[in-house]
Amino acid sequence: MVAPTVKLAVRDLRIAYGEEEAVSGISLDVHANEIFGIIGPAGSGKTSFLRALNRMEMFNDDMHVSGEIVFGGRDISDIRNVYALRQKIGVVFPLPVGLPMSVYDNVALSPRLRGVKNKAALDEIVERCLTRAALWDEVKDRLKALGSLLSGGQQQRLTIARALSQDPELLLLDEFSIAVDPVTTMRIEDVLRELKEEVTIILVTNLVQQARRLADRTAFFLSGELVEVAETEVLFTGEVKDQRTRDYVEGRFG
Amino acid sequence: MFEATNLNRRNHQIQWLFKVLFGMMTLILIVPVALILGVLVAKGGPAISMEFLFSMPRNGLTEGGILPALIGTMWLVGVALLASVPVGIAAAIYLSEYAPDNWLTRGINLAIINLAGVPSIVHALFGVGAFVVFAGFGASILAASLTLAVMTLPVVIVATRESLQAVPMAFREACWNMGATRWQTIRIVVLPNSVSGILTGIILEVSRTAGETAPIMFTGAAMFLPFLPQGVLDQTMALSMHLFVISNSIPGMSEEFKYGTALVLISLVLLMNALSISFRVYLRGKKKW
Repeated sequence: MVAPTVKLAVRDLRIAYGEEEAVSGISLDVHANEIFGIIGPAGSGKTSFLRALNRMEMFNDDMHVSGEIVFGGRDISDIRNVYALRQKIGVVFPLPVGLPMSVYDNVALSPRLRGVKNKAALDEIVERCLTRAALWDEVKDRLKALGSLLSGGQQQRLTIARALSQDPELLLLDEFSIAVDPVTTMRIEDVLRELKEEVTIILVTNLVQQARRLADRTAFFLSGELVEVAETEVLFTGEVKDQRTRDYVEGRFG
Repeated sequence: MFEATNLNRRNHQIQWLFKVLFGMMTLILIVPVALILGVLVAKGGPAISMEFLFSMPRNGLTEGGILPALIGTMWLVGVALLASVPVGIAAAIYLSEYAPDNWLTRGINLAIINLAGVPSIVHALFGVGAFVVFAGFGASILAASLTLAVMTLPVVIVATRESLQAVPMAFREACWNMGATRWQTIRIVVLPNSVSGILTGIILEVSRTAGETAPIMFTGAAMFLPFLPQGVLDQTMALSMHLFVISNSIPGMSEEFKYGTALVLISLVLLMNALSISFRVYLRGKKKW
């Protein structure tokens, strides 16, 4: 078996908010073109982990990150051009954020930020991303409507479309299906399976079954520590190293 | 199963009591406003005429009109706005969007709020020292307007900061996450969604500036000038000052003139407020989230 390409390498990552440590020394590798699931109960550091990947600590004076995150061959804490870093990483947070501008502008925003001005090119990106996010059919006749006035589920797919419009190498999904109905969730899951041909995806989810359906490998976080990471099927059905993992995936706590 | 229990009835009575209580307080609030307006219209209304509004005062202010005061107030307000709005908005954007949340920023914010509470006569003395004497503008529209600008700056800053902070943080984060700079985020998401609040703050400032007397008394407003101001280094008459003068210092001033002047001043202020309110209603209709 060929050793997989490592897309993202995290070493001894520690994240603290003020005095309180949210992530206490996590090390893991994410392989190229896989869906990497992260499960764990509330407060286990999943979201903080994602935020650190995007250097969001720059916007929160309270948040302190140490350790090493290597992405694109660089330790991201050394990257001065954080804008280019963030552009390469698409993020979808739990609550949908339709920006208060038209549906079209929502999706065209990122291309415009990186200098795409050509109308035809923008049209193409908007249609492609909305189609991929399973939203095109519903909004193609009202691209000028305000993104923030779509329904919750539609806004979440708009958020996904916007993340895709960045043409990201890494896609971070944090509980993306909280505000989405089950049918749409399934459609988005199908999209994610196709997307991983081009993009590496990190999927944080409270729905352990979602991780099981989607993820190639899954990590179990607990209280800011990585309990274990394994092939998803192994984690769910095979021999786990830690009894807490078994208890969690079988719903005995969390 | 839906019969009212004693507890239900009691809760309902208490609820009714509070409703009436709060309603009465609102009434008490409205009465003085209505009385002031009523008296002004009744006593000052007859004085209002084209001649009153658009001619120069004559015969020791006891005859003629209030044109120079009306024009002067517009000068003062206009120049004060030019000075305070750009500075205030820029400072508010810095404090809200850029400044780190530390003791220094919190201290500055506290200072700004306190500045809003400084009595206007203190601002007046500051204006005399800083603008009339030190900067060498003399008693002039420029000195008076800058004094007004310093006085109203906190209002602009606080109003702007509050409207900026009313824009949900999630919008900013979504934008930052896409690789937008702070300025791009401010331009694309934050400002377009806070502009209504900022404008409302500015209009409120206008009405406040128009009514102030103390800050302009020593810095550029004159009791009587037989000409209209030609530039910012001229002295000027002003409505508020004019009202003060004719109410206090001119024997034999007709009551009608006093009330008429007050009516014009308050109408100007109410007009500004009405503009502000209708603008806010219009923009709220376009509320985007």
